[in-house]
Order: sequence, then C-alpha cells, then structure tokens
Amino acid sequence: MSALLELRDVEARYGPVKALHGVSLSVEEGSIVAVLGANGAGKTTILRAISNTVRRSGDIVFAGRRLGRAGPDAVMRLGIAHVPEGRGIFRELSVWDNLRLGAYVRRDRAAVAADAERMLGHFPWIARRRGQAAGTLSGGEQQMLALARALMGRPRLLLLDEPSLGLAPLVVREIFRILAELNERDGLTALVVEQNASVALRVSQSACVLEVGRVVLAGPSTELREHDAVRRSYLGY
Amino acid sequence: MRLAWGLRVAAVAAAGLSLAILPFLVGDYRAFELGRMGIFFIAILGLNLLTGYTGQVSIGHGAFMAVGGYTSAILATRCGVPDYLTIPLGGLTAGLAGLLFGIPALRLRGLYLALATFGVAVAMPSIAKHDRLEGLTKGTTGINLPELHSGTWLYGVTWAIAAALFLLAFAIVNSRLGRAFRALRDSEVAASSMGVNPAAYKVAAFGISSFYAGVAGSLYALSNAYVNPDVYFVSLSLFLLIGAVIGGLGSLTGVMAGAAFVQFVPPNASSILDAVSPFAVDSRAPGVPSVILGAALVLVVLLAPTGAGGLLRRISAPLMGRLYTRSEGG
Amino acid sequence: MPSAAPTWATEVALAAFSWQELAQQVVSGLASGGIYASLALALVLIYRATRVINFAQGELATLTTFVAWSLTNHGLNKWVAFPLTLLIAFAGGVALERVVIRPVERAPVLTVVMLTIGLLIGLNGLTAWIWGGETRSFPSLFSTGTVDVGGVAVSYADIGVIGVTLGAVGLISLFFRFTKLGLGMRAVAANPETSPLVGIRVGWMLALGWGLAAALGALSGILVAPTVFLEPNMMQAILLYAFAAAILGGLESPLGAVVGGLLLGVILNLAGRYVPEVGGESRLAVALAVILIVLTIRPSGLFGRTVGRRV
Repeated sequence: MSALLELRDVEARYGPVKALHGVSLSVEEGSIVAVLGANGAGKTTILRAISNTVRRSGDIVFAGRRLGRAGPDAVMRLGIAHVPEGRGIFRELSVWDNLRLGAYVRRDRAAVAADAERMLGHFPWIARRRGQAAGTLSGGEQQMLALARALMGRPRLLLLDEPSLGLAPLVVREIFRILAELNERDGLTALVVEQNASVALRVSQSACVLEVGRVVLAGPSTELREHDAVRRSYLGY
Repeated sequence: MRLAWGLRVAAVAAAGLSLAILPFLVGDYRAFELGRMGIFFIAILGLNLLTGYTGQVSIGHGAFMAVGGYTSAILATRCGVPDYLTIPLGGLTAGLAGLLFGIPALRLRGLYLALATFGVAVAMPSIAKHDRLEGLTKGTTGINLPELHSGTWLYGVTWAIAAALFLLAFAIVNSRLGRAFRALRDSEVAASSMGVNPAAYKVAAFGISSFYAGVAGSLYALSNAYVNPDVYFVSLSLFLLIGAVIGGLGSLTGVMAGAAFVQFVPPNASSILDAVSPFAVDSRAPGVPSVILGAALVLVVLLAPTGAGGLLRRISAPLMGRLYTRSEGG
Repeated sequence: MPSAAPTWATEVALAAFSWQELAQQVVSGLASGGIYASLALALVLIYRATRVINFAQGELATLTTFVAWSLTNHGLNKWVAFPLTLLIAFAGGVALERVVIRPVERAPVLTVVMLTIGLLIGLNGLTAWIWGGETRSFPSLFSTGTVDVGGVAVSYADIGVIGVTLGAVGLISLFFRFTKLGLGMRAVAANPETSPLVGIRVGWMLALGWGLAAALGALSGILVAPTVFLEPNMMQAILLYAFAAAILGGLESPLGAVVGGLLLGVILNLAGRYVPEVGGESRLAVALAVILIVLTIRPSGLFGRTVGRRV
C-alpha cells in the first residue's frame, strides 16, 4: 500500500538560506507520524513545504498526486489541513466564526452542521464561548479551537505544528489524548511536528528525527523511544 | 581612479558651461521653461530629502511652496524688499513652517503622515482664502508682484541657486545627517537603538525640505509675478511627488529627470499621446496631461520602482566598473 | 435694576438661535454625512483588507458617476441606470485590483499608496478626457420639496440620502455577518497569512473588497452629484471629508466609518453656522483640523483598537 503522503528529497529555502537538505519521509493513511528535533532543525519548514508557504523543490506526492505549484489554498482543497505554528487562529473573529472557517470550502451544509456538533462533543466549552473573540481564549483553548477548525474541513491529512508550544503539561496531555482518540476511532492521519518528544512518541506510530535540515533517524516510535541517542538528546534520560 | 574622477569633473564642467550659455541660444521663452524646470528641480530635491532619504511621505509639499511664495509676495509688495532678497527669506519662512509642522508630524507614521499632508495640500487654498488672513494674502485675488522678470533672468537665478542647493543636498546626504536620515528610513526602532534621536532628525528633515520648497515657491511667485490661492493647488503637490518618484526616491541624480518630466510632459502631452497611441485619439482634450502623468506614475511603480535614478545606477554600474578596471591597467 | 446692554444682547442672541434651525442643520448635516460615510466605508473596506489607503477612491467614484450620467443621458430610466452603475463600478473595482494592484500586493504599503496616487491623477484626467470639463446637472433620485417634521422643514432629498446610505450600510453588514464570502473577507482582514490555510483565495477576496468599495463610491457619487453638480473634480473635497470621517471613526472599523461620516457632516454644518471663525469656505480646513486633532490625540479613532507597534 502506497503512503498517503510522500516526501522525496525535498529542499526548502528562506531567501538565500537553505533550511531543508533533501528530506524524505512518508505517512501511511490512518497513522500518526511525529517529526522531532531541536529548535531550528527545520521541522516547521517541512510542514510549510507541504502547504507551499515556503520556496521548495523536490517531490511531494499526496494521494498519488504531485503537489506541484499548487498554492496553500489549493493544497487545503486537496484535503490537507495545516495548523501552523502559533495556532493561526483569527483573533478578531468569534470562536464560532473560527470554527465555521474550517468548513469554508465545503458545500455539504447538513454534514457541516453534523461535524460542528461532533466538535462540540470533543470540546464542549466551545458552545459556551461561541460568541467570544478567539484572541481572548487561553493558549490551550486556542490550540483546541485550531484543531477543531482543521477537523471541520474533514481533511485526509492533518499537519500539526508544535501543538504543545507554550502550553501547560496537563493541557498538552489532553490535546494529545484527543489526537490519539481521533486516530483510533476515526482513523485520522496526522503529521505532527513536536519538540516534546516523549508525548509525541507515545501517540505516534512512527517518527523521524531532524537535525539541521536532514533526517538523521527514522522508524517506528516504539523503537525510537528506546534509541540511545534519542533518549539522551530528546527524552532526557 | 584618477581617470574616472577626471572624467567626472570634465563632464560636470562641460555641462555647467553649456548650461551657462544655453539661454542665449534657445531664446527667452525656452529659457523661461528651463527656469521653471529648475524650480521643480529645487522643490523635488527637497522632497527627495524628506521622502526618499528619511522615509517620510509628504503629499503636501506644494503647501510649503505656497508659504515661500506668499512670503515673497508680501515682502516685495508691502515691505519693499527687493525680489532676489525675498528668495532666501521665503525659504527660511517655509523652513520654519516645516519645523513647526514636523513636530506634531512626529506622531504620524507613514500612511497617516501621507494622509495628513494630503489634507494640508487640499485645504491650503481655502486657508489662503480665509477672511482672517485676507488682509495679508488678499484672498482670492492674490497679490501682484512689482516686477516681471525675463526668462533669462529666471533661468540664471534659478539654476545658480539650484546648483548651490544641489551641492548642499549632496553634502547633507553624505554627512552624518544623511546617514541618520537613511537609518530612520530603513528602521526607526533600529536607528534609535543606535543612538539616533528620531524626533530631532525627522523634524530637521522637514525643516530642510520645506526650506527647499520655500525657495522654489518664491521663485515660482517671481516667475509668474503674482500669487493667488489656486496657483499652489493640490496637483502641484502631486506633481512634485510624481517627479520625485520618477526621478527615483533616494537618488539625487534622478531629480533632474523628474524635474524635466514634470515641466515638459504636461504641456506636450498631446504630442506624446499622438506618438504613442495606436488609435486616433483626440489628444487635445482636457485631462490628457493628467492621464499621461498618472499612467507614468503607475508604470514606474509597477515596473521601475527605483525610478530613473535607480535605472541610471543599474546601467552605469557595469560602465563605471569597466572605467575603473581600465584605468587600473594604465 | 439690570442695565440695558446685557438684556439687548441676550434678546438678539435668542432671536438668532432657534431650535428649528439647529434641527435643520443637524438633519442636513446627517445627509451630507451619509455621503461622506459611504465613501469612508469604501476606504475602510480596502484598508482593513490590505492596510492600504486608496487615494483614488474619490476619482473612481466620480468616473462611475459620469457613467451613470451617460446611461441616463441615453434615455435609460434612472432607477435602472443607477443600480446598473453600481454593478459596473463593482466590476471595475474588481478588475482594477486584479490588473493594477495585484502585481504589488506584497510591496510595502507606501509603494501601493504611490500607485493609488497615480490612479488618482490618471482617473481624474480620464474622466475629463472622456466627458470634458464642463459642469453638468445630474438627476436626483428623490423629489424636491420638504416635509414638516415637528416644525422643522426637512427635505425629501435629505431623508432619501440618509435612508439610502443606511440601507446600503445595512446590506453590507448583513453580507459580512451572514454570508460565506463575507466571512472569508473578514478572515482575510483578521489574518491574511492563515486565511489560505482554510482554503480562502486571498487575492479574490481583496478583489471583492475593491469591487464593493468601488460600488460604495459610486453610490456616494450618485447621491452627491445632484447637489454639487457633476464635474471631474467633484469628489476631491469629499475625499478629504471621507478621510476625516474614516480617521474619526477609526480606519479599522466599518461602524466607525459610518458614525464618523454622520458625525463629521453634523460637525461641519454646525461649525459653519455657529462658529464665527469658520466661514462657509472653511469646511476643508475644519476637516483637516479634525484629521490632525484625531491623529494627534487618539490615532485609533472612536472605534478603533490601539495597536502596538510591530518591531
């Protein structure tokens, strides 16, 4: 079975600075893949390369199609939902409007309404705060809102950029629990970029480690968890 | 290196000499037009210092020209000051006005400053017509100056002043003042963290550029031998901006191109249009000069945002390089 | 026993001031304010989406108003011609954004502003070129005459202008609140970087904004032309009033543009009538004063948020 998403020798640059030097990885449908690495390793750049918000070259194949020059909005329409670093919510707009925006490209109104109900099931607090400006939410709530918004688009692939950034441990656990639940129950496919290696390795089936724009290690998460180098650098023991 | 410098000096000297004898060759009316071009040259030079080098967009520089012009007119008619003396006085008054305007303008950044100066330009004629000031400005009728000078006179005086002010601008740009200006343009926060006091330099930029505008305004008044509120209308401020952009913001050499453009394109718009247009058009209709000027500004912004000065630099860079290497070899 | 002079002065003052006249000034101020509000709303729409102030908004409005004139001049009924003009203006605005503004979408704001100034000059010239510089009369949507409201004579035209303006503003707010496109435009105004990630085509949203702005401009032109008469420089002063209104209300706020416009109209009328320093000629100077005062004291205007500076 070919993977849902495949990156082959992808390079990316910010102006004259090259951030990715020939990265290859694949994501099977129905699995969660974690991308680990220190700050500046290029993890965020991988996700940006997929949604084409950075200059890139190399092959990116999604569901058998090459993502050529398709802009970020076209990539989204193909079924890839990108939750960027810093959550990327619309601060001025209400919580409910943020949620609605997730289904912006969908036309099946009844199904959208049903999905909204499901989101309220995952995140009941949204119903209470629907009229509130999204910028006034706490960090954890914003992250959950961003996740809910992404899911409203019924994406085939979810790109999550550092979901744990700036959040308290309890909140982080909750978010990853929801992620795991969505993966087990609904078969959600996700590519998760994370600095918090331990929680990422627990929820993912496979992972890779990025250093200075190159993949230095890849394999099943269970193996990586026991790997010496990973333990020392990223797991702290 | 010597050769390049020598060439430069020779070129400037040749230009200076031909400029000096030009009015006697082309006749009084053409000399008048070239003198007018010199006036725009001076005003655009000042605007460039403010907008191109310090990054403060002013769409109201015509108003400072008006201050200079009215000062000249009032001094000449009411106080009997000889014409040529009113020029520096007009400049100083306008410079003072610029300093005064520069202080509240400190609170306005970029876009808001552009908006405020646009407002000044639009409102200026009605301020000049205001009843309270009518005693001074003679309202709508305006003031007539005592003496109408010949085109040659205008040409000589204007370009002599222009040359001096150009050298002054050159000196400023290459001095510490100029470097501070450029630092402010590129990043105000960075500049102040390096010890540049933004307020002082920004106000100074306003004062200096308004001085230039005032001198230009005085000369303008002298060239017409009258002032009235509609002489310094909104379009004048816009023309100055167009001249500055076409010449190239942040480039002194381009100012000549900008001044030439603003002086010679509007009256010849119909001929230009006839030459350029593939269809038969009524090129004498009103509004054609504006269309050409507006289209020129749009095209410059889209295609050559660094203006003539920038293009000149790009073209001359390889040329200059070759000159230098050739002289290196002897 | 009171001396004669003060009593005489008070009598004269009372005779000069009447509530009726105040009410009349307020109502006609609201009417002219409605026109400023439409143009100010157009400016705010573009500013919110792109951070650019479109200096050419007034000239665009004049051009489209001339189009309306031509349509009626060729025999088309004004109730058909005017809505048609709004559609043409909309299309023109969209086209303008896609052709002229799109290449510089990512350029610094001041560069785009220069471009709009070029458009200002060019469109002004174009209007004069096509239609000539003479002043023409323009048909009004509303009948002449006044109606008596509690002792105050209010003209049908004033009521009409206020009504149409509020109606247009109402339609636009409904559009923004309840339609998907409106949501998309609000999203682009709130966060242009993230918008593509939810599938919004940012470029077309901007074009839509320019189109709506152009239509609003056409509306304000059609409403004001009967009073000030149609000529190429018709909107120059009104543009300044619209700037003042938008700044007063807060450049980021559509509600502010409307309130600012209405308020400015009233301020200008009352200042012209009751403040002796300000004559009839000085409306422009008052508008300039409003701009300078608001920008100095509270740059975000009545309804704007104070935004921190991005380093």
